[in-house]
Amino acid sequence: MFWAKIQETPFDSEIPNLDQQIQTNNCGALVSFKGVVRGYDEQEPLSYLYLEHFPKVTEQEIERILQLAKEYWEIKSAFVIHRVGRLNVGESIVLVMVSASHRKAAFEASEFIMDYLKTEAPFWKKEFFQNGTSRWVEAKTTDLEQKKRWQIS
Amino acid sequence: MIKICYFGFLKEILNLEEEQIEWSEGDSQELLTFLRSRSAFWAENLSDQNIFRIAINKKIIYQTTSISPGDEVAILPPVTGG
Repeated sequence: MFWAKIQETPFDSEIPNLDQQIQTNNCGALVSFKGVVRGYDEQEPLSYLYLEHFPKVTEQEIERILQLAKEYWEIKSAFVIHRVGRLNVGESIVLVMVSASHRKAAFEASEFIMDYLKTEAPFWKKEFFQNGTSRWVEAKTTDLEQKKRWQIS
Repeated sequence: MIKICYFGFLKEILNLEEEQIEWSEGDSQELLTFLRSRSAFWAENLSDQNIFRIAINKKIIYQTTSISPGDEVAILPPVTGG
């Protein structure tokens, strides 16, 4: 119940129904986070994103992050679906779902997973703008700052 | 020989997805030193701030690690997923 999946196709119709699992594990909390492609980066209207990853290694890294979350919080399950390839504005990029007995662990662990996903998992994003230009997204120092507060490595 | 793979903006700016180079022995830091010595262009693009991690045989390494002939090395620029 700790797994990562990377795929090119949209996942919105594949979000697992965790009702059964939540009842079985006596969970009182389920937190989910979905990241979506924004229409603008700064002022420039975006046409689409292209995401590259490192097959096998990216999956391993996400699984390592999920294991870390499992060690630090009392969570019952956690999974990540991350898309790669071409993603249009408004499409979902990433889904994180975490279940736990209590909400605090589920909230914190899902935030931790996203902070680490953004700064540790090998994904690279390229923006293609409506004006025909494109550029690789640079790593944000704010993301690194967010990650530091957990003091987990 | 070792194989070197490049990802993200590095692959594009170097115009190189992968290459094979002669390699007898050395570690990951020595490999970077060698690649940077190719030209000012390589040195600039493979600067410390442009390299997030190195993977050897599809395992990310967290410290300087020995590289042997036959290994596959991947050079990963800073990541921007999520």
